[in-house]
Amino acid sequence: MAVCLTRAGGFFYAVSTAVLMDGAALERALTRMAHEIVEHNPGPESLVFIGIRTHGVPLAQRLARKVGSILKREFPIGQLDINMHRDDLSLRDQPPKVGPSDITFDVTGKDIVLVDDVLFTGRTIRAALDEISDFGRPRKIQLASLVDRGHRELPIRPDYVGKNVPTAPQERVYVRLAEIDGKDEVVIER
Amino acid sequence: MTATTWKHKDLLGIQELTAAEINEVLDTAAAFKEVGDRAVKKVPSLRGKTMVNLFIEPSTRTRTSFELAAKRLSADVINITTTASSLVKGETLKDTALNLQALNVDIIVIRHSAAGAAHFLSRLLHASVINAGDGAHEHPTQALLDAFTIREKKGRIAGLNVTILGDILYSRVARSNIWLLTKLGAHVTLAGPSTLVPRVFEEFGCRVTYDIDEAIRDADVINLLRIQHERQRQTMFPSIGEYTAMFGLSKERFARTKPDAMIMHPGPINRGVEIDSEIADCGRSVILEQVTNGLAVRMAVLFLCAGRRNATEGTVGVRWSSNADG
Repeated sequence: MAVCLTRAGGFFYAVSTAVLMDGAALERALTRMAHEIVEHNPGPESLVFIGIRTHGVPLAQRLARKVGSILKREFPIGQLDINMHRDDLSLRDQPPKVGPSDITFDVTGKDIVLVDDVLFTGRTIRAALDEISDFGRPRKIQLASLVDRGHRELPIRPDYVGKNVPTAPQERVYVRLAEIDGKDEVVIER
Repeated sequence: MTATTWKHKDLLGIQELTAAEINEVLDTAAAFKEVGDRAVKKVPSLRGKTMVNLFIEPSTRTRTSFELAAKRLSADVINITTTASSLVKGETLKDTALNLQALNVDIIVIRHSAAGAAHFLSRLLHASVINAGDGAHEHPTQALLDAFTIREKKGRIAGLNVTILGDILYSRVARSNIWLLTKLGAHVTLAGPSTLVPRVFEEFGCRVTYDIDEAIRDADVINLLRIQHERQRQTMFPSIGEYTAMFGLSKERFARTKPDAMIMHPGPINRGVEIDSEIADCGRSVILEQVTNGLAVRMAVLFLCAGRRNATEGTVGVRWSSNADG
């Protein structure tokens, strides 16, 4: 537990952060999720992984690698940027940064494992499901999330979870990954 | 989610933009270009918004491109042309615009023969105003799509030698391109007949030359402009034939350019006038790719200017903005 002062709106707030998962715990969680994916997908020939930018992408790559090493095969990996599909554009003062989606394989008939870092309101997943259907008609979509922090606003539930974390709505959960942030950890800011 | 730094409700010209804002449009356009490759070429970003194409001057290419861009963002589109509007009955541009705003239109794309028409509307309306060409002043989306094409093909813009050839004086494409390219650090050379390329353009930070062979020798990009018959009040050169002989991009001239020099043209091209027909169709010509990129750039511009809360909408806060989105 660390405490620091953050300045926001001219006032100083005490913000405390705690590490929920270190690198080793994160790695173990992904390994367990990979085994669960193997268990629930007896026919892996149509299995593909799609990560939601940004942090879902390296997570999808790692899961695909782990599942691949168990089943001794390689799986296609795609990435999705959901910002064009947001439902809150007309509520914002500034438009979001949009990045390219990159799905080079045909999703029709595939079993997709959709990967994100933190599952919260469920609105990102709603947008991702809409966007995937613009690329084709998959046979099945399953959801893998490294952290499930609750507070869903839509009827969405994950199939594979690294860690369930009870949170208050105003708390923030950050997943940091070596590929993007230089180290693996999950922290909560209260 | 990261927000963009884009703060404009309108796109009036390149002159008002910073290099960072220009790059923001180009980055956003790169994301939207991918939408064109999907099975369903449509995203819901501007669902529920209405765009009006107010074209007081003829255009098919730009108007179609804006219309398709809006439709691919799920906006509704109305097209108004001079002959079909009450402008012929004597209604002023101001009244036409205010009437459109009274219909709760969110975006007005305007092309007008008078420089400053878009700026005039932007001060009048809370709807987003996009300049699709105002007289001989600016055509910002053309410059942005040209820059997008250069960046995509050459990997950068800074340090490149870009030669703009032809009718500079009457060209809004030239002005927008000059502002954009110099802001992003390219070396711009202007060439053409002295009547159409006045020395005063050196004040924009470009080089002016009347020796076409010298102008294209070291060029990485050659952007050919159409002779604007409709904007020339008197003959600025003796004949089309003489223009072609003196300043047209012939096969002989093309052979003396750098082997990777790229040929651009905003269209519509006059084959056999400013460009030899075979060169227009050759592998180093990116004329049709410019059209494809124009769609992505216009999607980006509409998204940035109108893809957020506008003055007529509510101010309810949302929780989705916080944290890792969920």
